[in-house]
This record gives sequence, C-alpha cells and structure tokens, in this order.
Amino acid sequence: MKTLKHIVVSLLIFIGLWQLIYLIGGFQEALFPAPFSVGKAIVTMFLHKDVYQDIGASMYRFVIGYLLAVASGILLGLLLGWFPRVFNYVNPIIQVLRPISPIAWLPFIVLWFGIGDIPAIVIIFIAAFYPILLTTAASVGNIDPIYLKVAKNFGIRRHRVLFTIVFPAAFPQIMNSIHIALGSAWVFLVAGEMTGAQSGLGFRIIDARNNLRMDHLLATIVIIGIIGLLLDSLIKVIEKKILSNWGKEAKEGGKYNAN
Amino acid sequence: MQIEIRDVSKTFQQKGEQLQVLDKISLEIEKGEFVCLLGPSGCGKSTLLNSIAGFERLDQGYIKIDQELVTAPTSKYVTIFQNYGLLPWRSVLRNVELGLEATKLPKNEREAIAKKYIHLVGLSKFEKSHPHQLSGGMQQRVAIARALAVNPDILFMDEPFGALDAITRIKMQKDILEITKSHKKTTLFVTHDIEEAVYLADRIVIMTPNPGKIKEIIPVKLPTSRDRTSDDFIRVRDRVFEILNMKETTILEYEL
Repeated sequence: MKTLKHIVVSLLIFIGLWQLIYLIGGFQEALFPAPFSVGKAIVTMFLHKDVYQDIGASMYRFVIGYLLAVASGILLGLLLGWFPRVFNYVNPIIQVLRPISPIAWLPFIVLWFGIGDIPAIVIIFIAAFYPILLTTAASVGNIDPIYLKVAKNFGIRRHRVLFTIVFPAAFPQIMNSIHIALGSAWVFLVAGEMTGAQSGLGFRIIDARNNLRMDHLLATIVIIGIIGLLLDSLIKVIEKKILSNWGKEAKEGGKYNAN
Repeated sequence: MQIEIRDVSKTFQQKGEQLQVLDKISLEIEKGEFVCLLGPSGCGKSTLLNSIAGFERLDQGYIKIDQELVTAPTSKYVTIFQNYGLLPWRSVLRNVELGLEATKLPKNEREAIAKKYIHLVGLSKFEKSHPHQLSGGMQQRVAIARALAVNPDILFMDEPFGALDAITRIKMQKDILEITKSHKKTTLFVTHDIEEAVYLADRIVIMTPNPGKIKEIIPVKLPTSRDRTSDDFIRVRDRVFEILNMKETTILEYEL
C-alpha cells in the first residue's frame, strides 16, 4: 500500500513538472510533446491493432533471444565453472568480448542473418548471455565446499554432482544474474529492432521519428518502459517463489534485486 | 581393532611457513568405541579426523580401517560437520535420502528408510520442511539421520554441537550417545569442550598444538549413562584439566 502511494505521488510530480516545463518553455508540440498529447497518443495507439502486433513481435524476439541466453549461459557457465582449467583459457576471450556493445556486431549480424526477427534476437541474446555465463561460472567456484564434501562422502558420482549438488547450490546466484540480465536485454531490444526490423517497438520508434510524430515516439517509449517494469516484476515473483526453498539465500537475493 | 593410525604426519604451507599440524600420530580404535579427540584449536584434531575420513592426504604414515588403507571417503564412514552440510534446497526427507541415491534402491524403499531415521531423531513432523525452517539442533538431527540412513560402520563427528546453545547441546549429547550405543557405531568425535568429551567418550585422546601431537589418552571408566555432577565425573574432568593446564605452564616457561 505504501509503495502504491510512492508510485502515484512520484508519477504525479513527474507529470506535473513535465507539464510545467512545457508551459514555461513554450516549446512546439512537434519538438516537445505535452503529457496530455502523449497520453492521447497512447490511447489512440491502443485503439489501433498495430501496437498489439508490435508488442507481440517484440516480445517474441525478446523471449527467444533471452531464453536462449539463459539456457546456454547457464549450461556453459556450469561447465566452465566445473572445469576451471578450461575456464582459465576461455576467460581472456570472454573478457575481451564482454565489454563490446552488442550493437557493434549489428552490421555483421545483418550480413550473416539478413533482416527480420533474427538481428533483434541475436542482439538480445548477446546482451543477456555474458552476465549469466560469467555469474554462473563464478558461482560454481563459490559454492560452499561442504556440499562437495558431503557428496563425496555419500559416493555421488562426479557427473551427477554437477546437477544434483552444484547447480542447485549455485542457483540463487544464477537466478540473480538471470534477473539482472533480463533488464539489460530489454534495454537492447530497441537497438536490435532499429535496424533490419519492419515491426516491433524499436521499429515503431524509428517510424515515429521518420514521420516526425514525437507524441507517438514518446508514447512508444512509455510503453517500452512499462513492459520492462512488468517483466521485471514477473521475474521477481518467479525468483521469490523458486528461492523460498533456499531459505536465507532467497532473502539475500531479493535484496540485491531491489536495485 | 577397527581403525589403525600409524605414524601419521602432515604439514601445511601457510604464508611460506611450514606448519606441522600432525606429528607422528599413532592411535588404535576398537569397534564400537566412542573416542573423543580433545584439544585447543590448532592441535590438528579436525585434520586428523578429516584424514581418517579420507578427505585429506597424508605426508607420512598410514591409516587403515578394517585392514584397508584409507584413500578416499566412502559412505561406510560418514562425517557429520559442525555446520550440518544439509542441502538447503531439499526438504528434510530429500536430504536424508541423499546418501541412498547412490545405491540402487527403488524410490519407495529409499523413502521408507529415510522416514525411519527421521522418526528416530524425532523429526517426523518436519519431513517436508526445509533446513532453514529448522533450529540448529534440529538441523543437526537431520544430518545425523542422513548419516545413519546409509548404515555406516563408523561415524565421524567434527565438533557437531559447536554451534548449538548449551541446553540443546546437552540434549543432543544424550541422544547421540544413545543412538551410537544402540546402533553399535564406532564414533570418533572432535571437540574442544572438556565436559562434552568426559560425558561422551570411552576414551579421550588429548591433543596439543605446534606441532599437533597426542599428549595423552585417558580411558573414561564411567557408566554409559553419566551424571555430570557426580564425583567420578568431576574427577575425570579434573584430570583432563590438569593435563591441559600443564601445557599452559610449559608455554609460559618457554616465553619467559
């Protein structure tokens, strides 16, 4: 209830300031749309079926790219964490590739995969992949050695240890990285759809710019923000539900995710 | 003789310095015996326990259990740790089943065995709980049930009650004594609590640090059910104090 109060008040202040700047500045509507016209744009957009198609197209690309990153990031991360000697050789390459913005690969991606859904999927994949991979690999190395001692004592075979002990023991940290990666991947959705896509929320941004419809542009931005927020809340709920079995660690994980 | 420890030595490298944690330790433990390794921290008692359990490699000497050299841990000898080593993502029942999963027992039999031992430690009501929902004493009970479920010959306990409050600890001491005696388990128990050692042990192995050595082994000839306030009990306890105090004066002299 208190958070609701915070949200409402902060929104009102924000919109109020926006309206005030609009009134005082005397900007042209085409350069700096007023809150009211953006609100109107959102309503008109939702009365049209285009926006649902755009959201659908974006979500489709996002979910595929993100889930591929989650699956491959966890699997590779587990293996690299489990075989630290291999990881030592792979890590330098990862460290060079990781700080490169996924956008930098876009020309190649378009060259190799053409236009359509794939460039956005690949961009989202790259954005989500590295944090999950690296956190998973690190968390495997960080698990409490007592779990491995217990596994050894009870004669659990090495290949089974990876999935019955190591993965669940590292899971709270992995889940945390999955959560953080969701946000960063969503950030790159727009960039991924700005080139090569003929639909989606990122394309809608470019389209609005080309048509000088700043009200539509801002309306799309608002929609992107709200969907991002909803996705984050959704994964927070899932995270909490899964990690409740882990006890204390789940609470810790939750705290990290508050930011 | 079930456990034979012969001239066992081990050194650790610590900040470039050689630290002799075990210095020519020899010890024999009979089947069904309850032996406490007692000493201040750094005397190598945990290292010795870990070596017998197969977790540590030796520099010199050998350890045999049932005439066989110890090279790796097996579920014939189960270690119970101070911080329980329970898997937090598993329910009590699934934790106790862990050791049975390496066997070829069918699922329902594993469950039946696990339930039997959960009942033995008095936690039947908490089968479906997760470790974080239990108190420290209850968590250690789960670890004990998990160890017993694989029917080991020997229990190794590394300060198992060190994290528990005094009253819970006394209750746990009573229970573990009953369980190990009734199930005829050989038990090697590491502690730095003198009263705990006198209460539990058939023999107390007193160790001293730098280098880790056995100072003295005292048999505790008291009845299995021991009264902590009886004269005999206090006499044995005083004897242990005496042995450990002598060590303190030697250090003082050394420093002077």
